[in-house]
Amino acid sequence: MTFQVLKIMSNTTQLLRFITAGSVDDGKSTLIGRLLHDSKSIFEDQLSAISKTSEKRGMAAVDLSLLTDGLQAEREQGITIDVAYRYFATPKRKFIIGDTPGHEQYTRNMVTAASTANLVVILIDARKGVLVQTRRHTYLASLVGIPHIVLAVNKMDMVDYSEARFNEICTEYLAFAAQLGLHNVTCLPLSALVGDMLVDRGDNLNWYQGATLMELLENVEIDHDVNTTDFRYPVQWVCRPQTEEYHDFRGFMGRIEAGEVSVGDEITVLPSGRTSKVKEIVTYDGNLQTAYAPQSIAITLTDEIDISRGDMFVKADYLPTVAKEFEAMLCWLSETPLDKNRKYLVKHTTRTAKCLFSSIDYRVDVNTLEQHANPTVNMNDIAHVAMKVQQPLAFDHYKRNRATGCFIVIDEATNNTVAAGMIV
Amino acid sequence: MSKHTFTHLDALESESIHIMREVAAECKNPALLFSGGKDSIVMLRLAEKAFRPAKFPFPLVHIDTEHNFPEVIATRDKLAADLGERLIVRSLEDSIKRGTIIIKDPDKPRNPYQSVTLLETIAEFGFDACMGGARRDEEKARAKERIFSFRDEFGQWDPKNQRPELWDIYNTRVHAGENIRVFPISNWTEMDIWQYISREKLYIPEIYYAHEREVIRRGNSVIPVSHLVQPKPGEKVEVLSVRFRTVGDMTCTAPVESTASNAQEIIDETSTTRITERGATRMDDQTSDASMELRKKEGYF
Repeated sequence: MTFQVLKIMSNTTQLLRFITAGSVDDGKSTLIGRLLHDSKSIFEDQLSAISKTSEKRGMAAVDLSLLTDGLQAEREQGITIDVAYRYFATPKRKFIIGDTPGHEQYTRNMVTAASTANLVVILIDARKGVLVQTRRHTYLASLVGIPHIVLAVNKMDMVDYSEARFNEICTEYLAFAAQLGLHNVTCLPLSALVGDMLVDRGDNLNWYQGATLMELLENVEIDHDVNTTDFRYPVQWVCRPQTEEYHDFRGFMGRIEAGEVSVGDEITVLPSGRTSKVKEIVTYDGNLQTAYAPQSIAITLTDEIDISRGDMFVKADYLPTVAKEFEAMLCWLSETPLDKNRKYLVKHTTRTAKCLFSSIDYRVDVNTLEQHANPTVNMNDIAHVAMKVQQPLAFDHYKRNRATGCFIVIDEATNNTVAAGMIV
Repeated sequence: MSKHTFTHLDALESESIHIMREVAAECKNPALLFSGGKDSIVMLRLAEKAFRPAKFPFPLVHIDTEHNFPEVIATRDKLAADLGERLIVRSLEDSIKRGTIIIKDPDKPRNPYQSVTLLETIAEFGFDACMGGARRDEEKARAKERIFSFRDEFGQWDPKNQRPELWDIYNTRVHAGENIRVFPISNWTEMDIWQYISREKLYIPEIYYAHEREVIRRGNSVIPVSHLVQPKPGEKVEVLSVRFRTVGDMTCTAPVESTASNAQEIIDETSTTRITERGATRMDDQTSDASMELRKKEGYF
């Protein structure tokens, strides 16, 4: 195994968020442990802690999967119970891994981690091939719209590094992915345990000419993972310093969720529909001529219009839908089932409003992808619903724009986040 | 973003600003915890980027163990004054006087007691959200904590009952008496912090840079000599070139041997170091494999 010394990241280092999905025994924790280890992101004290534990459990080699076991309860039970975030960096990129468990009851955790991911690594045990879980993870990845999918056929050491076996699995998987409309899939063979094709190529998979997992993670093109065309700017906070120097300053602060904006651009404020022109783009580091997603900025306008948090600036060339009713795919996250007789709150961009479910059309069986009519919606269920909101929302289809197509549902009685929604 | 290079620091910065603005907009009475340490100095710069040209829509709050390095306290006061922002300081000594903290061993670290004074301060001012500079790369338990971390009336964190956090939509709602801890720099690592300090040319206490200091060796650690830590019989005082990677309670914060005298040299050292930040410097985290998790459940940051 070769160690690259992590050299200082340059000024062009990008950030990539990815998740791993696999069932309990697919070697997911070992894979993450190995990525951290082989990229020199594990420290000696961490290594010594897990060496002690491995020894205590009577293991011959250091169990790298122990690195990702975060909480005491999990360490006792030997399972991962929630989403944990890990960090490592190479000279090209800084990575955030959302580590999610593979158990069936934790669909909600995968959806949670997937919501911010650029890429998902779906793990398959080469001996077992495409399983029910694989289909479930792939469906969820497509539902949440993760831009890049990597199918990692793991444990190649257990099938004699067979190229034929690898091709068989890939063919089956790609056919299934195509049914879901997924075409951005890269397949690669690897052995997380041995370390083949993760950071180093190893000597066992010479028939494979493609990139290693690390090369994929470092080089996948992510500039277009956010919508770069349709300007969307939800107002978060209105800045009024009311000092002598900034007496008349009214800065509309927020983050550009999609597209770009320049000084002089005509913008429309939704839902009111009033228009104005961008006077300045203000930042702490000086005014800008143009700003892009996902920058956090402040905008001043040439006209005085009544604008508050929850409003959205857009440009007339591509307008979002402004409506009080829409349809969505919902992932129910709460132990208490959806109650159609109750009102909930929806939080969409920077706007929160009362909502109700006018219909629950069907539930999707995440294992078979069959639709079931007239369902009750329980935790981990995925359902197609129609919703009514008390105030109009400015939204896009989730597939066109993740940031303005997503929302959460909050139960006012408990204040818990009970569902994640994607507008269809 | 094709026409503009958006680096990982830009991405992290924008995320943190977005989080701070959500807190300001949705919480009734937030506060920003500020100690004068490097992470909270980064937080201060992010707050400037989030809210200038206006004042911060929240006060700065420090829970002082009175075991802090004087250089750090001086930096705390200087930065708050330079920015013209309101700083509230509450001390463990106040809780000790009230009898709500009973110190068993005056020489032992005081971090475990900070929760008591923090909760008392939250009650005194009615804060519903406290922003802190904790990072997920610091410790295993933190790796699983949400950015918006909900606490019950006793200030307790329940790791098994966390609100799911999706996209960048944060649920900030609490009932009366409950509050939220918010960690805007959750996704930053030690390396990111140093790169940001370097990029932004942030002033941080001198003790983060290499300096000569009287120390004693105890076990695997190098401990600074101070009015709180004196050599025991048989221990030898040495003068070494050291720097601090974290600055907490003087009795349990160990420096590392180093000659790095500016942020860039620390970045170089950090990129080749083989020990975690807390592992190298925090003796209180080494008592048990789960010590941070236990402290967090009791209301610790």
